[in-house]
Amino acid sequence: MSDTPQDVKESAFVRFLRATEVDTRLLGMIGALMLIWLGFHFYGYFVNGYGAFLTPRNLWNLSVQTSSIAVMATGMVLVIVTRHIDLSVGSLLGFSAMIMGVMQVWILPKYLGLGHPAIWPITVLVGIAFGTMIGAFQGFLIAYLNIPAFIVTLGGLLIWRGASYLVARGETIAPVDPTFALIGGGPYGTIGATGSWILGIVVCLGILFLLYSGRQQRKRFNFPTRPLWAEYLLGGVGTAVVLGAVMVMNAYPWPKGIVKKYAAANNIEVPEGGLFISHGFAIPILVAIAVGIAMTFLATRTRFGRYVFAIGGNPEAAELAGINTKKMTMMIFALMGALTGIAAVIASARLKSATLALGQFDELYVIAAAVIGGTSFAGGIGTIYGAILGALVMQSLQSGMVLIGFDASIQQMVVGGVLVVAVFLDNLYRRNSV
Amino acid sequence: MENNNQAPLVELKEISIAFGGVHAVDKASCELYPGEVVGLLGHNGAGKSTLIKILSGAYTRDSGQIFIDGKEATINNPRHAKDFGIETIYQTLALADNVDAAANLYLGREILTRWGTLDDAAMEAETRKVMNRLNPNFTRFKDPVKQLSGGQRQSVAIARAIHFNARILIMDEPTAALGPAETEQVGQLIKQLKQDGIGIFLISHDIHDVFDLADRVVVMKNGAVVGSAHTTDVTKDEVLGMIILGKCPPGATPGPGAAQA
Repeated sequence: MSDTPQDVKESAFVRFLRATEVDTRLLGMIGALMLIWLGFHFYGYFVNGYGAFLTPRNLWNLSVQTSSIAVMATGMVLVIVTRHIDLSVGSLLGFSAMIMGVMQVWILPKYLGLGHPAIWPITVLVGIAFGTMIGAFQGFLIAYLNIPAFIVTLGGLLIWRGASYLVARGETIAPVDPTFALIGGGPYGTIGATGSWILGIVVCLGILFLLYSGRQQRKRFNFPTRPLWAEYLLGGVGTAVVLGAVMVMNAYPWPKGIVKKYAAANNIEVPEGGLFISHGFAIPILVAIAVGIAMTFLATRTRFGRYVFAIGGNPEAAELAGINTKKMTMMIFALMGALTGIAAVIASARLKSATLALGQFDELYVIAAAVIGGTSFAGGIGTIYGAILGALVMQSLQSGMVLIGFDASIQQMVVGGVLVVAVFLDNLYRRNSV
Repeated sequence: MENNNQAPLVELKEISIAFGGVHAVDKASCELYPGEVVGLLGHNGAGKSTLIKILSGAYTRDSGQIFIDGKEATINNPRHAKDFGIETIYQTLALADNVDAAANLYLGREILTRWGTLDDAAMEAETRKVMNRLNPNFTRFKDPVKQLSGGQRQSVAIARAIHFNARILIMDEPTAALGPAETEQVGQLIKQLKQDGIGIFLISHDIHDVFDLADRVVVMKNGAVVGSAHTTDVTKDEVLGMIILGKCPPGATPGPGAAQA
């Protein structure tokens, strides 16, 4: 948004962007995502005779698969913004999952009895606490002992993977507590059609409230406000997207077998032509959305977030302004650890077990998601919503290629190539916008 | 010496700091009285900036004492210095480049709403007020300071230093990036702050910058204080002699770094 004389003739599009104050990068990312989705769908349609991508079933699965990476990516944004890196998240996820597996399968049933209702909350708390402590410890080494984050977390990558082998001698720990497993999704791990509608409407009201209170706030200080039509447009598009997502999630019914079992267990008569029970939003995606909202709040509305970006922009200046940068660094890594713990809950619950390979290569997907989402390695720049969209882009590519039957080797190559191209495009964007 | 009967606002006593084997500052002493402007002069590498960074908390001294209002003060980091009302405009400006003017002005001292979140609107409103006074041409409140011109960045840094009721102001080469008109503006500002009773350390390697503004000059050479003098008691040429040769003229009080005549 420069006001240099050479762009006096503004196009309608530029005027539109200015009025709505929409981030062009956000538009670009959504455009890229749509392109990927349509591309896979029509490739499937024309080549395989069946477009499998834009179906409620696939989109629902996509939302579940994205959750764990998206949760970690929100933390990775803050890590990269402060010019650090965390390579240990994949191994730490595996280790936390293993600790939680041991906790709920081997230890807690011994004392509380199998299926005790306190098993899952204790397990979740222990897992998140473990992640936080390890993250804080790594942060301590980075901040106070001045060991580069790359080295500390590269060490962590090896150490925590090895540690999770030691904990269970390489065994797969299963089955997890049934309530714990709901956090991973699956037909029972959803909030159903009614729940999804209620949630959707609450979120819509939230969007409208935010637009309204933002406008009031600007009026209070006599700052320029958006034109009214732009406010209505933003509100309209926002609510339409949310309600659309509700409809898609509700359009995916439970599989017939599950319905039969459920009906038998609850003495419901299955009518002719089957019973349509909607999935609705899965619990893991709700966790990811909650984390995304909380992290956005943290990054943009609190002192902590302000300091993260200030440190990323100029670490020395932040220190001179009186910010305790060492403590901040440690807290950022502790937060990354906590989010990795949450992601570990989702990932192991989804698998209904803790396996040795859980989380392998996740660090790469998480970093890629953050970077595709516009987080700059030069520091100081990045957004939470960008990282979540980045995670969605990565996962869309991945599952899209599975759907149309690409080889695993080709999948890897495409993902790698996309990462490099995305950063290149990002550089171009920055050069032209500043 | 109109302030001589008052207690000094700041007294630095025999401050030393070494980096590796280099004695960047060696037993340097000087004081600053309320409403006084002290020009700290010397070549590049004379130890001016280092001495002043000890006072602002950016470096921790190896030995020596700092007295504020006659009481010994512990200053081990920038937060301590700010608690004593010491504000600094660094030569590099020390701005967080990727956030806007309001965020920089309030960095480390944000205005919070009653829910403990950032009150950006209030901070921006205050910033608009401050900047209107300091630099009426400043309008780019939404842009990250990286995109501002040198003079605009400078005014953000100055606004940050004077907005929080500083008692002691340190200005490290405050006019290095400025044109003549803006330099004149900074001069006016210094005179105004002086009237408010603020003590100012003005650091420069160019004596023309500071001679007219300063009440006193302290000259450093190779980390040691050559001497100090009231600007009424010495000529520019004599001060130049102190800077270049370390030669203390009759009107000045010699320090440990003065050349033996």
